[in-house]
Order: sequence, then C-alpha cells, then structure tokens
Amino acid sequence: MARRQAWEGRIFALPFILGFLAFWLYPMSYSVYLVFQDWDLLSPPSFVGLDNIFDLFRDESIGISLGNTSYYTFIGVPLQLVLALALALLLNVKVRGLAIYRTLFYLPAMTPIVASAIVWLQILHPEFGILNSFLRNLGIEPVNWLFDPRAAKPAFILMTLWGVGPQMVIFLAGLQGVPQSLYEAAEIDGASRFQRFLFITIPMISSITFFNLVVGVIASFQVFTTAFIMTRGGPQNATLFLVLYLYRNGFQYFKMGYASAIAWMLFVIIVAFTVIQFRLASRWVYEEGAPA
Amino acid sequence: MKKVRRLDGTAMTAHADTSSARQPEPKPSRRARGRLGRGFSVRSLIHVCLLALGFVFSIPLLWVITTSFKGQGGIFTYPIEWIPDPIVWSNYPRLLNVLTFSGWPGIVFFFRNTFFISILATVGTLVSSILVAYSFARLQWPERNFLFSLSLATMMLPSVVILIPTFLLFRDLKWLNTFMPMIVPFWFAVQGFYIFLLRQFFLGLPAELEEAARIDGANSLRILWGIVVPLSRPAIVTVSIFSFLQHYNEFLSPLLYLNAVEKFPMALGMRMFQGTYTNDWPLMMAATATFILPTICLFLMAQRHFIQGIQLTGLAGR
Repeated sequence: MARRQAWEGRIFALPFILGFLAFWLYPMSYSVYLVFQDWDLLSPPSFVGLDNIFDLFRDESIGISLGNTSYYTFIGVPLQLVLALALALLLNVKVRGLAIYRTLFYLPAMTPIVASAIVWLQILHPEFGILNSFLRNLGIEPVNWLFDPRAAKPAFILMTLWGVGPQMVIFLAGLQGVPQSLYEAAEIDGASRFQRFLFITIPMISSITFFNLVVGVIASFQVFTTAFIMTRGGPQNATLFLVLYLYRNGFQYFKMGYASAIAWMLFVIIVAFTVIQFRLASRWVYEEGAPA
Repeated sequence: MKKVRRLDGTAMTAHADTSSARQPEPKPSRRARGRLGRGFSVRSLIHVCLLALGFVFSIPLLWVITTSFKGQGGIFTYPIEWIPDPIVWSNYPRLLNVLTFSGWPGIVFFFRNTFFISILATVGTLVSSILVAYSFARLQWPERNFLFSLSLATMMLPSVVILIPTFLLFRDLKWLNTFMPMIVPFWFAVQGFYIFLLRQFFLGLPAELEEAARIDGANSLRILWGIVVPLSRPAIVTVSIFSFLQHYNEFLSPLLYLNAVEKFPMALGMRMFQGTYTNDWPLMMAATATFILPTICLFLMAQRHFIQGIQLTGLAGR
C-alpha cells in the first residue's frame, strides 16, 4: 500500500515535475548560458565571456534605470504600506457600511493594469486631466505630470497608491487577529489610544507588515506595463525602469545576452533585498507562537 | 464565523472568515462601554475620513463611466461635469465600428481571444494544481518535501529572470503567434502559489473520510475526485478567480508572443485602441469600461472568495 501511494504521489506530482523542468529549470540554466553570449537571433550566438556583465557597469542607462526603479520602490512601497494600514485601521473600527467602503477601496485593484494605465493617462493629462483641474480648484499650479521628469515618478507612485486594496485587506486580517484582551488590559493600565496603537497593534501585526513589505518590494522592482504604455520610459528617461530597459534590449535591440545579464542583475538585487529584509526582520518582527 | 458576525453587527458577513478562528471571545466593544460622547465623535470622524477617501478612490472609475457617456466636446468642459449633459450613448455602439477585421469588429476578436486564453489556462491551472497539491498534502512519498520546497521557491523567483530564455524556448517550439505560450505552461502547475493555497486547504480537511475510502480500496484519484474536490469548493473557486483574472489582465506575454492583430487579447487590443484613438477620450473610456466590467462583476459576485484568498496569502506569510 505504501508503495502504491509512493507511485501515485509521484504521478500526481508529475505536472509540477515536468513543468518545473521545462518552464523553470531549463529557462534558468539557459539564461545563465546566455549571459556569456552575444546573440542577435540572426547570426549564431558567440561567446563573449564576461563582457555583458562588464557592460552593465559601463552602461549609463543601467544606472538611470536602477535609480528610477529604486526611487519608485523605496518611496512608493512605504507609502503604499502606510496608506493600506491607515485604511485598514479605519475599516477595523466596524463602522456602518464597512462592506461598501471595503469594496470602494478594493475595486481599483480589480482594474486590469492596461486599463488603469490608460485611465491614468487621461487623469494626469496636463490640460484636461482631472488631477490638474482639482489642483487648479485648490489654487495650486497645475503639474505637467508625465511630461515633467521630476513629476513623472511621483505620478507613477500616486497610481500605485490607488491600488493598495489587497494590502489593505491583508492588514485588516492581521488587525482582526490581534486579541482584544491585550487592548483591554492596556486600557485598564491607562494606555491611551495612541499608545495602544504603538505598543500593541504595531508589534502584533509586524509579521503582516513584513509580508506586505517583501511582496511589495519584489513586485515594485518588476514594474513594466504602466511605464511601457504611459511614458515609454520618458520624459528624459525619468521612467526608464529596469524591466522596461530589459525589454528594450531583448525585443527591440535583440541583444539576448545583454538582456539576460540585466535579468540576472535584477534577480540578484531582488534576492539581496529579500535576504536583507529577512535579516532585519528579527529586529522588528514579532513572532507569536500562535499557529499560522 | 458567527463570532465575527456578532462583532460586526450588521450585514458584514463577507470578511474575516479566515481569521475568525484566531478571534477571541467577543466582548461588548470597548467603545460601547462608557465615554459615549468621545467614542461618538471619534466614530463620526472616522466616518468622514472613510467617506472622503472612498470618494477619492472612486474618482478614476467614475471618470471612466462619465467620460464614456460624453460627446467629444464634453471632456473639455471645466469644471468637470460628473453627469454628462447630454448623455451620449453612441460611444459603446461605436466600439463595434472601429478596428474591424474581415467584417468583424476588433473588440469581438479581442474578447473572444481573452476568454479563450483565460478559460483554458485557468482550467489547466486547476487540474494540474489540484493533483499536485493533493500529492503534496496527503500522499506519502520520499521526494515529496523536497519538491514542495521547490514549488515554494518558484513563488519567490521573479519571473523576469526567465523572460528571455522562455521566449527563445517558445520560439524554438514554433509557438510564436499562437496561444500556446499563454496556455500550455499552466497545465503544468507552474505557479507555486496555487499549489500552496490548495495544499493548505487540503491539509485542513478531516482525513478520516479519505482513510476510510482508502481502506475500502479506493485509489487516490477516486478519493481526490469523489471526496476531496467536493469538500474544497471554496479553495477551488478562489484559485479559479485569481487565475482567471491573472490571465485576463496579462499584458507582457501576448505582447511578446503574438503579432497578428486578430489574435490579440483585449489587453493588447486596448493598446491598439489607445494608439489609434488617442484623442477620442469618450471612445477610449467606453472601451476601458467594457474591459473592466467583467472583472468588477466577478469581484462583486465572489467578493468573499477574493477577500479570503488575499487574506490566506497574507496570513500564510506569517
């Protein structure tokens, strides 16, 4: 019987085994090979040693796109987390119409990314966009959002803030998991609302915050579609993000080797940041012994 | 679940089903006791905040709807007319007359392709992930834990790393300009996330029924199909919805793999509309609204499953 189960187990897992080999392991190894090749898809690939990797350090656009992606990630993700947590805190008070508010906050995340890119293109339009008409109403000078190198990245971050629904829902689940008894005990001890938030809520949901942070950073580093549709990397390369630059090298300049080198650089950066975050986590993430 | 309902008071049943197990016995809200005056004002303040934020979050989608019912001139009025005057209905029918191929409206092609890809890829994801997840959850075999950790590792891998080689692989397979790259991999459980989600759910099911069936001589496939799958409807619905939406939204793969316009899914079709009718905002917004509508309907119909799925993902990260 145990032997039968062992075979059934392997057969059931066969889709994954084959899929992993064909669509993960093979491409990963192929990608390593490509890093050392110069290949435009027309002539056969030629071995160039470490040239592609050296080029990464010489290429000005890499520095620019790395800077843009970091800006977008390290300013954008913390803002997303703060907004998502704020919304979750508001919803956690069990006000009337909670379901409606939650739907309103979540719906933007349901918008297909291509659709939201097109909508925001109009919202951010310098002359007729609603954002600038609101600013004019408030007496603020209109901004040239996607045409101003200084304003383009903040505009992109603003867009991501619109889509924090899923992070909010995760925070909300975390907030609901904090035992009420802790708050009650703290209240008896005379802790103020703010103190309860700072010394109970924040530590108790820190593992949720950590999850949102790690997932947020990984996703943010891979931003592509919005920049591809809305700005094509402009103005003056202000929204040239790493994946967009990778796409250009691979599918516009047909530099398969160099594009693979960029991909691995991105991979190393993402893994490095994930590892750093896990290392730092022990300092601020509170692990309760409770079942997950 | 009951506890949460009582805490929430009213019709709020949808949320927190997953976290309810962790909820302590409900006490009457600490705000309900005493300090009524202050509690009341804080509560109103929260309401005001929520109303304001709810409005701000709705603006883009409201804008889509109102613009799609405006005439060309209507978009340039200032201040913005939230209720168009006059209401122009013709933008939606106009969608059928633009970007036509061989007598058919492009949008019909685009939607047909999107649904074709999304449905086939979702069915593949379901079939393969259920099999694999069941094997990882319940069947005992030597290499199981190693393979399960591999599937978890794929969740952390940024798929961008394999973008170029995957493209070359599909090119070598002569799959360019077909739907195969968007469908076939998903029949091989390539997404660790869904395996993980289903496995967690299977682990939570009582094992007795399965054991009884096994003693009666049922094989694993019969047990899976006859006992486990019917009990796992919530998880299966969650996976279906997530997977469907993911393929419905997918932009990069069709961009890389398709070049014949009549094979474009809606995500690429939208970009064509945008390129051809950049300044025809009402038409663009009618197309956008049509594109968004199915996802919103899906959300409103299956809200509970969404929230559960999202929370499960988040809580799994603990």
